[in-house]
Amino acid sequence: MPEEKILLAHGSGGKLSHDLIREVFLPLLSNSFLEPLDDSAKITNQQGQIAFTTDSYVVNPIFFPGGDIGKLAVCGTVNDLSMVGGNPSHLSLSLIIEEGFSSELLKKIVSSIRETAKRAGVNIVTGDTKVVEHGAADQLFINTSGIGWIRPGINLSGTHAKPGDNILLSGYLGDHEMAILSAREGFKFQVELESDCAPLNDLVGQMLDACPSIRCMRDPTRGGLATTLNEIASMSNVGMVIEEKDIPVRESVRGICELLGLDPLYLANEGKLIAICPSNEADRLLQIMKGHPLGIHGEIIGRVTEENPKRVILHTLIGGHRILDMLTGMQFPRIC
Amino acid sequence: MKFIDEFRDKEIAEGLIQRIKKTSTRPIQLMEVCGTHTVSIFRYGIRGLLPEHINLLSGPGCPVCVTPNRDIDLAIAFSRQKDVMIVTFGDMMRVPGSTSSLQKEKAEGRDIRIVYSSLEALKIAKEYPEKRVIFFAIGFETTSPTIAVAIIQAKAEKIHNLFFLNSQKRVPPALLALLRSKQLKIDGFILPGHVSAIIGTKPYQFISREFNQPAVITGFEPLDILQGIWMLVKQIEENRPAIEIQYRRVVHEEGNPIALSKIDEVFERDRTQWRGIGWIEESGYIFKKPYKKMDARNFDVEVEPTREHPECHCGEVLQGIKTPLECQLFKRVCHPENPIGPCMVSIEGTCFTYYKFQ
Repeated sequence: MPEEKILLAHGSGGKLSHDLIREVFLPLLSNSFLEPLDDSAKITNQQGQIAFTTDSYVVNPIFFPGGDIGKLAVCGTVNDLSMVGGNPSHLSLSLIIEEGFSSELLKKIVSSIRETAKRAGVNIVTGDTKVVEHGAADQLFINTSGIGWIRPGINLSGTHAKPGDNILLSGYLGDHEMAILSAREGFKFQVELESDCAPLNDLVGQMLDACPSIRCMRDPTRGGLATTLNEIASMSNVGMVIEEKDIPVRESVRGICELLGLDPLYLANEGKLIAICPSNEADRLLQIMKGHPLGIHGEIIGRVTEENPKRVILHTLIGGHRILDMLTGMQFPRIC
Repeated sequence: MKFIDEFRDKEIAEGLIQRIKKTSTRPIQLMEVCGTHTVSIFRYGIRGLLPEHINLLSGPGCPVCVTPNRDIDLAIAFSRQKDVMIVTFGDMMRVPGSTSSLQKEKAEGRDIRIVYSSLEALKIAKEYPEKRVIFFAIGFETTSPTIAVAIIQAKAEKIHNLFFLNSQKRVPPALLALLRSKQLKIDGFILPGHVSAIIGTKPYQFISREFNQPAVITGFEPLDILQGIWMLVKQIEENRPAIEIQYRRVVHEEGNPIALSKIDEVFERDRTQWRGIGWIEESGYIFKKPYKKMDARNFDVEVEPTREHPECHCGEVLQGIKTPLECQLFKRVCHPENPIGPCMVSIEGTCFTYYKFQ
C-alpha cells in the first residue's frame, strides 16, 4: 500500500477502501467467513446459517432531513443482514460520546433507535457506552452489530451473478447523500431533500418469498451504485451492461448534481437495494418491488453479460457507451 | 425547457451524427481545449459515435493540470508556516507537487480547507483574524472575474489577513503557443464554452485570420458537442475558417464586459508558467498596484527545489502531442489513487478521464 497515512479517501467506500481491506485487513485476519466480503458473514452450525455483521456510524451532521445517526445505525446493520438473506433479529449498540454532548439530544437519538428497531422488528440486546474528553471525538460515534437467521434454501452472494441475469434497482439514487450535503453548512437548496434511510428487511422478505432464486442483493451505500456493481462484477467474474435511461434519479437530485458536478451513480443511498435475478424472474420481481412502499420507483436497469468480465459498461442517454468504474478518491466525507 | 433532457435527446443526437458522417470526407484531428469537454465527450461515449476518421485530441484546458509544480510547492511551503491557513478549490488537494500534495499536508495536520467559491475565503478570513489566510486561486477566464471580485471586496472590507496566491491563466495565449508549435497537427478547435462567455470571440480571431484554422465555441451537453463538431466539419469541407458560436444560449460576440472589467481592475497580464508546457507570454496575471498588498507572493518562504517525475508525459498530453496511452507510467504506476502527474488528478484531467472511462 503506497500510502503511509490513512486518508479520508480510505473511508469513502471506493478504490482506496478496497485496497485497505485487501492489503491490511484480509492478510492479517483472513478466514473463510471474512474472505467472501459480502455485506454480512454467514456462520453455519447444526441449526442452519446465521448472518452476522457490524457497522460504525460517524455521520455529520447527526440530525439530517429524513433521519439521524440513530436511525441510520439501525437501518444500516439491518440492511446488511438482509442483503445476504438474513432475517435481522438482534442488534448490539455501542456508543462513543464526546464529553459535553447534550443529554437531551442523546435521548432523542436513542428514541429514534427504539422507533426504527420497532419498525424493523429487531431488538437491541446488548450495548456499551464510552465517554471521551472534549475534542477526542466529534459529538457521537455509534457502532451496531447484528445477527439474523438465514432462511433455509436461500444462498445470496456477490459471487453468484450469471450471464443473462437481470439487474434491478429499488428506487431513486442519491437521496441520502444529497440530504446530508444539504444539511451541512453552505448548501441551501430551495428543494427539500430527505434521506431515504429505511430498513429494507420487509421488502427483501417479500422478494425472496416470491423469487428464492435471486442470486445476490446489495445496498449501494458509500461509493454508490457504480461501486457496488463493480464489486459484484468482480466477485462473480462477469460483465454488466447498464442503461442510463432506465436509472431512476429524482429531478431535484439530478438538478443539484448538475450544479455541483456530481454523478448520481456514485452517491450513497441508505434505503435502496440492487437485486440480481434470472431473467425469466425479472418482470415478476419488479412487480413485487413496485408493490412495496420502499420499491415503488424500482426499475430493471441492466443485465449481466459474459463479455468484458469485471467491467461495468453504461449505455449513455445518446446511445454511446462508456466504462463505469468504481469510485476513486472520495466525493464527500462522513455521510454515513 | 429544462436544458438537461432536451440537450441529451437520442434522436437529435443520431440526426447530428448522420449529418457529420455525410459531410465529412477526409481524416481530421480536432482539439477540444477545455477539460469539461474532455469529460463530457467520454461521459456520453461520443468518440464511439463519430466516424473513425474524425479524431478528437484533448488540449491544455484543465486549470488544475497546468498549474506549475512550483506554485503547488509554494502553497505547501506556506501551509507549513505558523498561523497560515490555505484555502483552495477541492481539485487542487491531490495534485502532486515536487514531493508532497496539499492533501498529504492536511493529513499531517496543516490547516488546509476546501471552498466552493472565492467569496467563501472572505468569510473564513473574517472568522479567523489570527490566521494568515491564503487563497490558492487557479482557473481560467471563467473563474478569474470571481477571484477579482473577491480581491476587490476584501480590500473594500479591509480584510487584512486575506491574501491570494494567484495562478490564474488565460486560454487564447495557450492556443497561440500550440498553433506556433510545429509538433501539433490540428484541423480545428472546439473552443471552451464558459471561458468564451466571458471573453467573447475577439481574442480568438487570430486562429482563423493568421492560422486559417476553423474554431467553434461549443457548449457542454452532448448535442452541443455534436453540433459543434458538425459546424467544424462544415467549415473544413467548405474551406471557410472562422470563429463561430454554437453555444448561442450563453455566449455573445462581445463576451461579458462587466466580468472583463473586474479582471482589468485588479490584474495586469504577464507571462506565466504552464506545467508541462513552459512559459507563455501574456498568459497569466500580476496584481496592479492598488491591490499589490494582497499578493501572497510578497511573503518570504523557503520553497523546495522544483522536481518533476522524468517519465511523466503530462506536458505532451496537455499539448495533444501524446495520448495517455502512450505514456509509460499510465495505469502501470500512475493511477487516480497514486497520481504521478496532474493530468491524473483532476477529474477533468485527460489521463484521469481516459483511465475512468476507457
